[in-house]
Parts: sequence; structure tokens; C-alpha cells
Amino acid sequence: MLKKYNINAQIIFLTVVLMIIPFFFENDFYYEIAILSMLNALIVIGLNLLMGYAGQVSLGHGAFAGLGAYISVVLSTTYGLNPLLSIFISVTIMALLSFLISKPILKLKGHYLAMATLGIGIIISIVLEVEEEFTGGSDGMSVDSFVVFGYEFSDSTAWYVLCAVLLVFTIWAFENLINSPFGRLLRSIHDSEKAANSVGIDVSYYKSIVFVISVVIATIAGSLYAFFSGFISPQEASFSHSIELVVMVVLGGLGRVYGALFGAVILTVLPQLLTSFEDYETLVFGCIIIAVMIFMPKGIASLFDNILKKKEQNSASS
Amino acid sequence: MVKNFTLRALALMFISSFIILSASTIKIGAIVAATGPASFLGDPELKTLQHYVKKINDAGGVNGQMIELIHYDTGASPKKAVTFTKRLINQDKVVAIIGPSTSGETMAILKFVKKAKIPLISMAGAVAIIDPVKPYVFKIVATDRMACEKVMADLKKRNLTNLALISGSGGFGKSMRKQCKAVAPKFGIKIVADETYGKKDSDMTSQLLKIKNNKDVQVVLNPGFGQGPAIVTKNYAQLKIKHPLYQSHGVASKKYIEIAGKSSEGVRVVAPPVVVADKLDDSVANKKVALAYKNEYEKTFNSQVSSFGGHAYDSLYIIVNAIKRAGSTNPMKIRDEIEKTQGFEGVDGVVNLSPTDHLGLDTKTGMIMLEIRNGDWTIVK
Repeated sequence: MLKKYNINAQIIFLTVVLMIIPFFFENDFYYEIAILSMLNALIVIGLNLLMGYAGQVSLGHGAFAGLGAYISVVLSTTYGLNPLLSIFISVTIMALLSFLISKPILKLKGHYLAMATLGIGIIISIVLEVEEEFTGGSDGMSVDSFVVFGYEFSDSTAWYVLCAVLLVFTIWAFENLINSPFGRLLRSIHDSEKAANSVGIDVSYYKSIVFVISVVIATIAGSLYAFFSGFISPQEASFSHSIELVVMVVLGGLGRVYGALFGAVILTVLPQLLTSFEDYETLVFGCIIIAVMIFMPKGIASLFDNILKKKEQNSASS
Repeated sequence: MVKNFTLRALALMFISSFIILSASTIKIGAIVAATGPASFLGDPELKTLQHYVKKINDAGGVNGQMIELIHYDTGASPKKAVTFTKRLINQDKVVAIIGPSTSGETMAILKFVKKAKIPLISMAGAVAIIDPVKPYVFKIVATDRMACEKVMADLKKRNLTNLALISGSGGFGKSMRKQCKAVAPKFGIKIVADETYGKKDSDMTSQLLKIKNNKDVQVVLNPGFGQGPAIVTKNYAQLKIKHPLYQSHGVASKKYIEIAGKSSEGVRVVAPPVVVADKLDDSVANKKVALAYKNEYEKTFNSQVSSFGGHAYDSLYIIVNAIKRAGSTNPMKIRDEIEKTQGFEGVDGVVNLSPTDHLGLDTKTGMIMLEIRNGDWTIVK
């Protein structure tokens, strides 16, 4: 178990890294990728809590993020509400919605749960595509800029700082959450629901709470992405986006906060690096994912476990 | 060992992707949907761009400089289009951008093109891209509205006023359906039935039966692309519906006739002229260009020409000509010269751009009406 000081050390390290990285950025495009990575990381951290800690699969998180983003966008752009207020309203709506949804579907297990979240995700994306007057249909809609207390987030640096702060805070909150009684309780549900039940844990209640938390984070990150890119389309809520998020979780390492971060960063950066392969881009991309899963079945985060283990062995033997 | 290898492989890829090509080239960016649901657009577009950029470079380039085509595949995702646009602008520092292939993607990137002041020639269909006129955005592709107007004009000529629509539910079908509904009243045409079918539907009998049983219907139009319209055509013949059937420019390729077979006899298709470049009247201004493109494309890639690659040809040459005239690679000057394009004979038609018209394509040359007779196209006069 991680000690308290250990978490703080990690957070400080992460903050320093995030502060240093921009010095290596040659132009705005680097900021763009960094911001995208961090926003993806936020969603994936939330999803990882659900998948990696509580052991519940969701194939609909892209759709939840997309729906949340659409609610924020429609409120702020179409109805002229303050962006911050619209995100807040969107979060409230999505929290209530996900709580209601979670009750029946989290009773399902394994493939059936995956099917149910998949179904809900697809329904959401169809609704977004068909309700043209609100959502602009399949061609999407443009989004007004993100103005908070009279400050307009227009340049990439401002967005970078905002996302970095949010990311550090989220990771800090999650590390603490996971190492609290609540986190241990989640892991007990993950390992055996029956055992958890037998010691008096209200399994379905806690599963719902985790589901709501992950949807709330997805809503915030999704909304911020829409404001950042200035455009939103139903593709945000598409099935492929949901899958992409799940791949990020698995690739990074299930049940690891930093795994989620690695998964999100790598899957956001990799396609940009691979463009030089031109026609073979997708092929190479696929091969890399397969290779990672074969050689690092526990995700990229497990690399660091091995390094740590070796160090321990070394120090033990010396 | 294995892990080491993976790491090394990753590192190698990282480095190789940063190898920068020689500096004295003119960089033109292209954002195309070469894979994914719109690959039927992006694939011929990319092939055309690569082929003709090579051709221009083999002939000595532009103003003594080689053209470097930097292209990214969006898979028709607006999100990726935005990222790649920023990459083209900030990282690759291109002087002009061609694409994206679809309307949704184009609308998504307009903001960034405007901010960066880089000229863009979109290859997508929607009217909204150039209406209202935006300083840096051009588009030489005939709009779906033009296709609708062409169909409506033909209906009016034949005195058919009661039209039934059966549209695909994809972006193409949806957009054209909207445009056709908007222009129909101008031609005194009433939409008496409005059916749709899904992207993957394999039978449209029920929708067509509804149309068949509707006594008001005189003629049917099917906006859509891909296999949908071919199935509609087959079902149409099976149900022995006697009304004339019109198809959109989405099916304007020989493949449609092959798939629909005999049932396509007598179907009218609104199409860009390049499809029948060899049958065009010699008086058509752009016949030579269109025919040369068609022949070269079919010879080089051993596949039927489609109108989409033609968009890429026209976009590329309008930019190249603008660079030649400007004698500079300053995006601002290129933009000004693109806007001054006059009498450009392209594959899509003759283009005359102006500060108030960033489409510049004439309906008369931009779209023609074809009828399928004996398994081949015939131009309807």
C-alpha cells in the first residue's frame, strides 16, 4: 500500500514534469496534443476507477462524455449561459442520469453489463445525430469560446495550465480515494462481490457511486474538450470513441491511476507519430497495441513495477 | 531482451517521424478521408493529389521550387480533422490546405484556418462552407443544392410536379434531402412523400411500397451513395413502379450500373461531367481537361474515374496557378491570387472566383443530366 508521503511525492513529481514539458514545445501543435492527452487522461482515470477498481466494464463512456459535452455546449452556445454554469448544470444532469441508469444495469455482470453499456452508448449517439435542431446533426455544431469570470481561454498556454491543474488535482484526489477505506471496499467488490456482500458492503450502492463519479469526470473532460476545440460532432459520442477509451485503460494498465495517464498519452500521441508511415499507419498502430498486450499484459504501467521490483531485489541482495 | 526491443522500436519510430525533408519546398497540406466511411471520396482524392504533385515536380515544380504534399488521413472524423489542421498550420507550416473530404470536417476546421490566415480549398459538398463567403475558404465542388436544382429543372421540363424522396440516412443523403426540399418550391415542385433508409439496410421494399401506393407521386428521387441506391433501383424494378426514377451524383460511376444491372435502364442520374468526359460535346469548355484527367486516372490506377478525384485535381491546380501568379509562397498572396482565378478549366467545370463568390462553378457546367440506356450513360440534352 502506498504511504501518504509517497502520494505527495508523486504529485509533486507530476507537477514538476508538467511544468517542465512546455519548454520542449516548439509550437502550438505540441500544446494541442498535450491538452488532448490530458483531457483524455481525465476521462480514462475515471473509467479506470470503474473498470480497474470496481471491475465494471463500460463500453459507453465515449457516449456519456459526448452527451455531457453536448449539454454544456447547447446550454452555453445556444442558450447563452455562462460556460462554467453550463458545465455545472451538465454535470448535475449527467450525475442524476448515470445514477438512474446505474441501478438496473450494474446488476448485470460481465458480457451482459458490457452489452447494456454498449446499448446505452449507441442510443445516445443516435439521439445526438438525429436531434438536428439541438445538436446540428451529423455535421456537428460550433462552440462559443470558454469565458470564465471575464477571462477568455483563447491561447493554448491557458488551456494547458487549466488542464494540467485539473489533471494533477484529479490524480491527487484519486490516489487518496483509492487508498482510503472506500478504495479498499471497491477492490473487495472487484475481487469477489459475494465476499464483499457477506461482510455487509452494499455492493450495488458503491458500484453506482463509482459509475456516477466516472461519468461526472467524463462530462467535465468532454465539455472542456468541446470548448477547447470550438467544435463538437456526434462522433464524440460514437462507439469507436468509447472503445478508444477502453483501449487506453487496458493499454495503460487496469487498476492503476498512472496507467490511465500513460494509456491516454500514448494513444493520443502515437497516431500523430505514425503519420509518417502513411498507408501502413493503421497496421503499425495495431501491431504496436498487440505487441504491448503480448509483452506487457498488465499494461504499460507494469513496466515500472518491474523496474521497482528489480531495485528491491538488488537492494535485498546487496 | 524483448522489452528492450520494444523500447528500441518505439524510440526508432519516434525519431524517424521527425526526419524533416529538405527545406526549400512549397508545402501544401491535404486533409483527406482516405480510410473509413468516406474513403470513396478520400481515396481517389489522395491518389490524384499524389499523382499530379509528382507530375508537377517531374516537370520542374512551381517557380523553380518543388511541391511537397503533406497529407493526413482523418477517417472522416471531424475531431481528427481539427488536430491535423493545427498540425499542418503550426508544425508543418503549409502555405495552403486542400480538403477535408466531408462537410462536417470542413465546418470543424474553418475557425482555425481563419485564425491562421491560410487559404483552404475544401472538397466537400455543403453550401454552408462558402455561404456566407469567408475570406480564406474556397470550394470548387458542385454543391448538393446544384444537383437538386438540376434535377428540379429536368422535372419541370418533363412536367412532373409531384416528387417522392427516398433518401439514405448518411450525411450525404441527409444533406441533399434537405437541399432538395429547400429548392423544390422554386421550381413549383411538391414533395409528396419523404422516406429514408438506414446505411446498412439491404431491402427498401417497404419504403418503396409506400411510395407506390401513394397516388400523388409522379416521380421519385433517391439521394444517397454506396450500395443503397443500387438496392433501391433493384427493388424499384421488382415492384414494377412505373414512375421515372432519379439518382444523385452519389452514384455517378459505372459501378452503380454494374450492381443495379438491367433494373437501371432508364434511370436518370445527375452527375458531374467528368464521368462521361468522352461523350461530352466538343463545345463544352472543360472537355479537354476532364477527358485528359479521366484517361490518366484510369490508366494510372486501373480503376474507374469518379468525380471526387477531380475535385482534388482542380483544388491542386488552382493553388499551383495562384502560387505561379503570385510568384511567392506567402499564404496571404496565394489567397489573393486564388480569389482572382478566372476561366480556370478544371475537371469539375469552368471556375471563376471573385471576392463575393468563393465557389465560382456554373450550374450549367457543374452538373449534367444522364440517362442509363443499354447499360451505358447517355447525356440528356
